[in-house]
Amino acid sequence: MADLKAVTDADFETEVLKSDKPVLVDFWAEWCGPCHLVSPILREINAEYGEKMTFVKMDVEENPLTPAKYEVTGIPALNVYRNGELVRRIVGAMPKAALLNELGEFIG
Amino acid sequence: MAHEQTTNRIRNVIVIGSGAAGYTAAIYAARAKLAPLVFEGSVSAGGALMTTTEVENFPGFRDGIMGPELMGEMRAQAQRFGAELVADDVIGVDLAGETKVVRTATDTFRARAVVLAMGSAYRKLGIPREDTLSGHGVSWCATCDGFFFRDQHVAVVGGGDSALEEATFLSRFASRVTLVHRRRELRASKIMQERAFLDPKIEFAWNSTVESIHGDDKLTGVTLVDTQTGDRRELNVTGLFIAIGRIPRSELLRGQVELDKACVVVDHPSTRTNLPGVFACGDLVDHHYMQAVTAAGTGCAAALDAERYIAALDHQASTAGDAAATIAETESHDPAPHRAGDPIHPAEKEAPWPTSRQ
Repeated sequence: MADLKAVTDADFETEVLKSDKPVLVDFWAEWCGPCHLVSPILREINAEYGEKMTFVKMDVEENPLTPAKYEVTGIPALNVYRNGELVRRIVGAMPKAALLNELGEFIG
Repeated sequence: MAHEQTTNRIRNVIVIGSGAAGYTAAIYAARAKLAPLVFEGSVSAGGALMTTTEVENFPGFRDGIMGPELMGEMRAQAQRFGAELVADDVIGVDLAGETKVVRTATDTFRARAVVLAMGSAYRKLGIPREDTLSGHGVSWCATCDGFFFRDQHVAVVGGGDSALEEATFLSRFASRVTLVHRRRELRASKIMQERAFLDPKIEFAWNSTVESIHGDDKLTGVTLVDTQTGDRRELNVTGLFIAIGRIPRSELLRGQVELDKACVVVDHPSTRTNLPGVFACGDLVDHHYMQAVTAAGTGCAAALDAERYIAALDHQASTAGDAAATIAETESHDPAPHRAGDPIHPAEKEAPWPTSRQ
């Protein structure tokens, strides 16, 4: 299953804020155990619902500006942006079914 | 789903959980050719060690090993011997009957024996705003979130090894770490205590508990109360890391398996529960030691107990068949022939799953 596209501080605006579709950004880091548990779930959801919503990831260690701007203080943090606005914050790892439930309004 | 065709098959062993206990049980059961099916959990796979940093006390790793790496090794070892690992959550069990039933959201599985290894979850303080501010300053995982508190003042609540590990880890990033502990002494190991006492960034708020948490969108501070005098004081921290112990994840078992304050009751030194064919190990049965190596130890014991239980069932079935076929000579026939030197099929008459392997 394809890995999520990686976005950076530099292209966050074009890739996320200016996207036509809602975008989920997975803020993660190599040293974060729970982040590694969420990534395969997001890859699956991306494969199933990629048409309706865009799924990308951002390494918080390499990209300090965006997490600071959106006050990300715990990862995994799954932020959903629509029309340039942060519309949903999901913090912590959760099972696929629970995550699908959280994302219902975007992928339903 | 790949499992649909095999759902109706009765398996030998199902292992529920995948920390040090679950993976060790899987390794032993797989090596005993029991082809265990292991429910790792969709986001809890790897268990409590997934959120730790360096594990310095697991024997065999003199330079230490990272918690997630250790669990990755145990997992690969279980797979190598044929354990079937499923990254799914068990949502229901029916363990009282001879055939055990285990349900996920999509499938139902059956087995002759079940090893319970669901581990434990973080204990919460149980005060308002704790959940709301989770991920916004309140955290249970310093290794996940410590990075975001560079040059800030944070607090850690607790007095055991986990609390000190978190405090020591956080001092790499934070400007100041206040360890809030309700007593005057720490429970943590001496080496962890020494490390914390020597750390210039760590200070101690003894005899103190967190009374309330402040902040609307993110944590702005906490109120501490002195357990001796009742005096209150404000601590303007932007991070609060809670490490006040863990509670067994036994909700699924309530009403079926005997529990004592959420801990599964086992018949020490075996891993037998009140239900035949149901064995429990790891943090689920242990509110005292809770170490990676003790969890691995009881995981091993649970797999051996399950193996013997199944061997005894097989033996009963085969002798029942023999008895029917040779009904005329049953009077003098020994229904449990001794198989010397075969510890895997002990076949003792009186105890279907003896506690000693010798």
